[in-house]
Amino acid sequence: MEGLTLRVEEGEVFGFLGPNGAGKTTTVRMLCCLISKTSGEARVGGYEVGRRSDVERIRRLVGVLPESVGLYDDLSAYRNLDYYGRMFDRPEGERRSRIEGLLRTLDLWERRDAPVATFSKGVRQRLAIARALVHDPQVVFLDEPTANLDPESAKAVREFILGLKKEGKTVFINTHNLDEAQKVCDRVGILKTRLVAVGATDRLLDPAATRRTVVRLSRVDAAVLAAVRTLGLGDVVVDGDRVVVGVADPDEDNPRLVRAIVGAGGRVRSVSEAAPTLEDVYLRLVGGGRRDRA
Amino acid sequence: MRLSKAWTVAANDLEVLGRKRYTLYSLIGLPVVASLGLPIVVSLALGRGEVSGTGVEVLLNAFSFLFAIVATLVPTVIASYSFQGEKLERSLEPLLATPATDGELLLGKCLAALIPSLGVTYVGASIFVVLVDGLTRARLGYLYFPNQTMGAVLLLAVPLACAFSVEANVVIASLVGDLRASQQLGTLASVPFGGVFVLAETNFTSLDATRLALVCALALAIDLVLLEVCRATFRREEILTRWK
Repeated sequence: MEGLTLRVEEGEVFGFLGPNGAGKTTTVRMLCCLISKTSGEARVGGYEVGRRSDVERIRRLVGVLPESVGLYDDLSAYRNLDYYGRMFDRPEGERRSRIEGLLRTLDLWERRDAPVATFSKGVRQRLAIARALVHDPQVVFLDEPTANLDPESAKAVREFILGLKKEGKTVFINTHNLDEAQKVCDRVGILKTRLVAVGATDRLLDPAATRRTVVRLSRVDAAVLAAVRTLGLGDVVVDGDRVVVGVADPDEDNPRLVRAIVGAGGRVRSVSEAAPTLEDVYLRLVGGGRRDRA
Repeated sequence: MRLSKAWTVAANDLEVLGRKRYTLYSLIGLPVVASLGLPIVVSLALGRGEVSGTGVEVLLNAFSFLFAIVATLVPTVIASYSFQGEKLERSLEPLLATPATDGELLLGKCLAALIPSLGVTYVGASIFVVLVDGLTRARLGYLYFPNQTMGAVLLLAVPLACAFSVEANVVIASLVGDLRASQQLGTLASVPFGGVFVLAETNFTSLDATRLALVCALALAIDLVLLEVCRATFRREEILTRWK
């Protein structure tokens, strides 16, 4: 990690985005006092990471969902949570009600006595989230909370995260899922070994920078693409029967675009404006590309 | 250090261990073999009339001491698992995120290895004692156990040997970083006690109660030194990065 400077406000949901190996998990581990930092300064809830007298306070303050859920397969769902409740010194009565509440919220109560080994990946993930919250932490770190989940489970987890926000908890999410980040995060930081962008999700989605026009054609051919390119507009991307073109001023550029396509023999079926997505911002900043560039 | 927290860690490990059938088999295998196999050897020796009363005493003292060696071998399975096995199963990271101190985690893990190891060694030794007493009573007309040597073995040598092995395994686990290598190296914890046994069998020393007490005093000193090494080498912030 280098050059990482950011501040996450109390009660906000912060998304930490970046490719594999960018240092997202390392950052979370450092902030949770799981590994030592070699230099720099970090504070969680006002306590200094790495200071001996503050480490235990930080551990009490945070709940962590690691990248690998790491549950005890041979124990039941309830016993898994109860163990961590004990480790955080929660009294028995409080532990019992907290565990019941979490298991009911995450739709796991009926399976509380079943061994974790019998659970699907999605159920394990939900149980691991419950474990991260069993001591009612103020700050929650979630490392890839919806990774490998089916859409239904992922949606349930996202709703749960939004519920945490309503409770006033600070949530720090490591994710590859840009759609998820866009849906649940107040702000995001994009990491590529160092932090390349940070800000409110809607601010990062700067329309001027990412505005695109989508033209759906009967057939995309070389003549049409050549005509579009000669206009000197933004990036031209072919996606099946669609041509996606970056435009600076849609009012002026779109009519020119359509005229050029029709002039080159293209048959336009529809024209629409693509809403900018976090994926666009991410790919632009991280330097990747998923679709074939024309 | 809060002992209750260490006990919470140990109790959880014991519960998990109790549900791992094959780990349990490997845990009880050696004590069972020793408790049943050694009396068979004694029975064969007595049956052939090849050993005198003194010979029986030497043989049984040596066999009694074997339980100290057993106590060094048994914890290898659990002590290596306690950190590295948990890391392999990915359950270590959430545990390290809890507010338990290094000392509480270390003590809890050591207790989780020590308690079942001592338990199965004592059960094995008890079976051995009962079977051998049955044999000596039937063949020689007296009960060989209890005696001072077995008392010293069970009350001093076995717990000290077991603690030595657990500590050595934790140190090895923290330095080696690979479960299999760590378990294999962990068996080296039996070398000092095995060495004493070899010295006794080659008549360099004997295993009477007095000499056993001396061996135990030395083992206690080594245990205390190793405990300090254990505390010095256990750094939870390094576990996730250094341990493979």
